[in-house]
Amino acid sequence: MLNIENLHVSVGDKPILKGINLQVKPGEIHAIMGPNGSGKSTLSHVLSGKSGYTVTQGQVTYEGKDLTEMAPEIRAREGVFLAFQYPVEIPGVSNIYLLKAALNSIRKHQGLSEVDAMDFLTLIKEKVRLLEMDEKFLYRAVNEGFSGGEKKRNEILQMAVLEPKLCILDETDSGLDIDALKVVAEGVNSIRSPERSFVMITHYQRLLDYIKPDFVHVLAHGQIVKSGGPELALELEEKGYSWVENKQAA
Amino acid sequence: MSASAKEIEQLIGKEYKQGFVTELETDTFPPGLDEEVIHKLWKIKNEPEFMLEYRLKAFRHWQTMKSPEWAFVKFEPIDYQAVSYYSAPKRKEDGPKSLDEVDPQILEAYKKLGIPLDEQERLAGVAVDAVFDSVSVATTFKSKLKEAGVIFCPISEALREYPELVQQYLGSVVPTGDNYFAALNSAVFTDGSFVYIPKGVRCPMELSTYFRINAANTGQFERTLIIADEGSHVSYLEGCTAPMRDENQLHAAVVELIALENAEIKYSTVQNWYPGDKEGKGGIYNFVTKRADCRGDNSKVSWTQVETGSAITWKYPSCVLTGNNSIGEFYSVALTNNYQQADTGTKMIHIGKNTRSTIISKGISAGHAQNTYRGLVKVLKGAENARNYTQCDSLLVGDKCGAHTFPYVEVKQPSAQVEHEATTSKISEDQLFFCQQRGLSAEDAVSMIVNGFCKEVFKELPMEFAVEAQALLGLSLEGSVG
Repeated sequence: MLNIENLHVSVGDKPILKGINLQVKPGEIHAIMGPNGSGKSTLSHVLSGKSGYTVTQGQVTYEGKDLTEMAPEIRAREGVFLAFQYPVEIPGVSNIYLLKAALNSIRKHQGLSEVDAMDFLTLIKEKVRLLEMDEKFLYRAVNEGFSGGEKKRNEILQMAVLEPKLCILDETDSGLDIDALKVVAEGVNSIRSPERSFVMITHYQRLLDYIKPDFVHVLAHGQIVKSGGPELALELEEKGYSWVENKQAA
Repeated sequence: MSASAKEIEQLIGKEYKQGFVTELETDTFPPGLDEEVIHKLWKIKNEPEFMLEYRLKAFRHWQTMKSPEWAFVKFEPIDYQAVSYYSAPKRKEDGPKSLDEVDPQILEAYKKLGIPLDEQERLAGVAVDAVFDSVSVATTFKSKLKEAGVIFCPISEALREYPELVQQYLGSVVPTGDNYFAALNSAVFTDGSFVYIPKGVRCPMELSTYFRINAANTGQFERTLIIADEGSHVSYLEGCTAPMRDENQLHAAVVELIALENAEIKYSTVQNWYPGDKEGKGGIYNFVTKRADCRGDNSKVSWTQVETGSAITWKYPSCVLTGNNSIGEFYSVALTNNYQQADTGTKMIHIGKNTRSTIISKGISAGHAQNTYRGLVKVLKGAENARNYTQCDSLLVGDKCGAHTFPYVEVKQPSAQVEHEATTSKISEDQLFFCQQRGLSAEDAVSMIVNGFCKEVFKELPMEFAVEAQALLGLSLEGSVG
């Protein structure tokens, strides 16, 4: 599904990612862990098409197509979803309006007709229940006045409604208390499927207690320095990032 | 600058879709203005005696006045002698009696603008007065309105048919010498709409006037007078467009509203005069005086405006809250793009007791445009328990435009409460990227964000207008993002 080969990325003249290799197959969950400044968020931004990053080497293919050539909205319509670390507020635009506009632009891209208003309402109410959210959320302006936890849950709601194929979670656990973390994790688990893949970017191991990854990768200094199974995360938690960073230096 | 900031920059490329010219034979005065021109005008309009005095008085006053310079707009001095003060499509002796007699090319022009005037197609539930350059060319649903006792006709016709009524109210809200442009308008106004809603009548349909400037080198000076008698209710819509021309054209209108006891007037405007091209060449100078007098107790006037056009907008729809418990409201969206300049806002003058006013102003500035809110809240000594709430929000698109806020507050009554809130924000790249990441094109994203910003105002517009206003904003931002 996603194939990253020797990816080098710079911001201005400064190289951030220095040769990333990663393969994600349908249905897999990959966790990418690493210390601050290792390039985790850069990776999520490059995959989703945020401006300001230059790919200097290597390539990223998604379902056989060159992902870096696509505009961000095309990536989204093709099924790439980024759950933001810091979701923005859009005053005056209701959640439900944004969701409908987004869903319709994706459906249009897929050659489907616009979603019927009643069907949409049924769909969205089901997802709201799934995430244990209050329906009132739908009619509030996007993220405006939301708590940190509500914003993150709102991201997962969007993911559940838009049904992407590749979900990138950028530090979705940051700023969540343990109860909110559980709800978010249950939301993610509920939409797992054999076709849907996840790339979870996280600083801490605790998210992985609730969403079991198939693979764990450690990112340091712009490279994946170690890969393994879920046990790697536990080892990291115990020994700290200096363990892998030193290892790389050695 | 990053790619998406550049994209926002491009938000500025918009196309004006009403810029066509209709080829017509016209009766047009040669350019120039003196007392003789005013005589001619008075004569050609076949007006009652008092109007000549009225016009001449205004003209003489105007000659002693100077063009105001306090607004935050820049333009070359206007040569008022180079403007023609009357232009009308050539017509038969008495003018068209029914739509069948209206020049088909004019009907075609309105049709192109989406304002069908012919019987079968016209908008259900909306009566339209169509003003083309200096004259009203058609008014629909006149007879149906007459059944309800409502008078809705061109003001030139009202001057002939109901001279006492017009004389009683004309200039009672905006006196002839009120300001430079109002004085000019009082001297040379040619047409406009007249509305009278009798006591206790709820006007059975929306009334609408559509102003179109077609001729070149012609100023449009229209006059609107709306009187809502005791306990009556009316909703009035105003729309305007003009062809694309390289020269600037002058539009100096005066609108007077009078609400008597327990009466309510809702006045909505979607202003889309030609704004000039991308380099700032051409476009309409829109210098308008709009004022309402809430003369009776418990009366209410609500102004809602969506301003997207004109090279320069100079306009302050105001409410004089004379009656006790009267209410004034002002809801405004002003979008400026390219080199457009807007200096717009409102005045709320609290005179009566327990008067209340609300001001919600949304300014959007893109390209090299300058957008100014200028407002006055004045509470006079006798206005016990007066209340005002003002909210002014500015949204910047790109980094070459400007937003300015000049709120004036004068309070002479200690029990008054005046609140003012103001914000300035920018469409951020993060907002844009967020929307794109959800599958929306950058253009749709900007349009959605801007519409969200204007939501509080749009919900005040009548349904058909709200849809049109949203579409218009989308259009005005078209081509903005690549």
